[in-house]
Amino acid sequence: MDLIVAVLFQLIYVISNLALISLGLAIIFGMMRVINLAHGEFLMLGGYTVVVATNAGINIWISMLILAPLIVGVIGVVVERLLIRWLYGRMVDTLLATWGLSLLLVGIVTSLFGASTGTTVSPPLGVLRIGEYSASGYEFFLIIVTILLLFGVWLTLRFTKLGLLARGTMQNAEMASALGVSTSNIYMITFGLGAAVSGLAGGLLAPITGVLPTIGATYIAKAFITVISGGAAILAGTTAGSILLGGINGIFSFIAGSTFGEIALLLAAIILLRLMPRGITGRFFRKSL
Amino acid sequence: MTKGMLRKMRPTFIYALLGIIFMLAAPSVLQLFTIINLTTAIALSVLALSLALIWGYGGILCFGQVAFFGLGAYVYTISAINFGGSTWAILVAIIVTSAFASALGYFIFYGRVSDVYLGVITLTVTLIFFSLIRRTSGPEYKIGNALLGGFNGVSSPPINLPWNSASFLFPEQVFYVAMAALIICYVFVGWLVNTKFGRVCVAIRENELRAELLGYDIRAYKLGIFTIGAGIAAVGGVLFCNGVGRITPDIFNLYNAALTIIWVIVGGRGTLIGPIGATFALFYVTSALGGQSVFNNNLVLGIILIIFVLLVPKGVAPTIIGWASARRKKSQRRVRRRRRAEGTR
Repeated sequence: MDLIVAVLFQLIYVISNLALISLGLAIIFGMMRVINLAHGEFLMLGGYTVVVATNAGINIWISMLILAPLIVGVIGVVVERLLIRWLYGRMVDTLLATWGLSLLLVGIVTSLFGASTGTTVSPPLGVLRIGEYSASGYEFFLIIVTILLLFGVWLTLRFTKLGLLARGTMQNAEMASALGVSTSNIYMITFGLGAAVSGLAGGLLAPITGVLPTIGATYIAKAFITVISGGAAILAGTTAGSILLGGINGIFSFIAGSTFGEIALLLAAIILLRLMPRGITGRFFRKSL
Repeated sequence: MTKGMLRKMRPTFIYALLGIIFMLAAPSVLQLFTIINLTTAIALSVLALSLALIWGYGGILCFGQVAFFGLGAYVYTISAINFGGSTWAILVAIIVTSAFASALGYFIFYGRVSDVYLGVITLTVTLIFFSLIRRTSGPEYKIGNALLGGFNGVSSPPINLPWNSASFLFPEQVFYVAMAALIICYVFVGWLVNTKFGRVCVAIRENELRAELLGYDIRAYKLGIFTIGAGIAAVGGVLFCNGVGRITPDIFNLYNAALTIIWVIVGGRGTLIGPIGATFALFYVTSALGGQSVFNNNLVLGIILIIFVLLVPKGVAPTIIGWASARRKKSQRRVRRRRRAEGTR
């Protein structure tokens, strides 16, 4: 019984981890049809923000939950104004430009902080006991945060004015701008919010994974695959994609070790895209958010 | 070959001739160290050529071209160790890689997976290779006599003369082989894009729906060009592991995948000489950058990519060709106007 609970906990953690690292990318992709290959670097910047802020003596909770999303969100807005806005509607070009951005950010961070960081932060919160097994309390915290974050995004999209305008712009940008919505501003805000969510995710993961300039590369493939497998709907897609792929990853990791878990995840994504070229939400839950 | 095709291929032959001159002259002018470095650059430019074919002419944005390159290198190395000679190993490398690509391509093109999704799948395949081969460090991971070696990779046996495994080629001779292979691949691709097959591929790139309505099976054409591209990438891989002397899983990483895309976009989609030239240029830029520590490699490459996407989206070669033909048209117009003016007088 305890073993089942412990394994289940681990499975849920893997799933929510995948959802956490993908959500920012999903917001930007779902809203703007922009695939942001610098997403991994946004996560990396969030992580660096936490490490630098904590070492400067700021409370770790403040630096994780407030500073990381704030700073990366501002960076996102700057990037959108300088780079992305020239490329709307040119999907392949945005892909390439953001790839360039990702290399650029890795380069800048490496020049500033060096290729490796000695200083890390240790995860707060202690150990959680499940019968004779123990789980990390911080992992439990991450699961809760992920659920709250998904819920928060849903609330924003569903019930606020900004959410309404964003959804309108997403469905038909020309019509929205004819009705007096500044689509350019909406895109800027959406990109900033997506970046902020990525920054938050990166900040939250920093105590577990540590920070490195090149750490984005380990996230980007997984996040990218989850979002594409999920399809265009932001929340339903991310959730469905992470449950399916995270579940497969978790189960195979449990059976055959973590590398095989990752390979199973990637293979599952390939097969999924062969069967459903537009992702899960391209076929099911089409009307969802 | 028809006369029209020969005329169209005239620039290809000119560049090939320049290549041959370079091949013959280089070893007597340059130092051995430079020659060995050049071999690596040549191998990489074969990779760029393969992507220039399938992306520039086939319209298939493959993020994982480097997967075929690396696969070719690994298959060559493993089979050369097992066969004790490189003759069959080269053939096996090309055939296995093409077969793998056609299986993957069947999956992709007959499933009608397109643009961005295709990029994701090919990138995913690359990363699978990366994480799979990285794990193979123990003595239990071997194929025949060849240990896979995990992170450290495998050292590749050098190319030998056909059917004579005792006569290894020296680095200088490997340079000749590499350069010859590049020129042959270049002329082959230059010929291919001017055949009916190549022109249908360009038509599909321009408008898939229209090509399909005209009765072409776009899935088969895309699969064909994809497989050929993978075979050429495998040739590059064979040359690469000969130039470097070993092959490691690092070849499959995200940085190399990005680099391949950068060569083609900087050189220009829709040309062949552009990506090859860009590969050589960027190879020397990155090795020059490796020698200093002020600017990070990633930083410079990132800036190059962003600048090209924003300001020179067509790439260098098409932009230059565009300028040249615009100037020619302008001067022709001037001549015509002058003639007309003289005629009315």
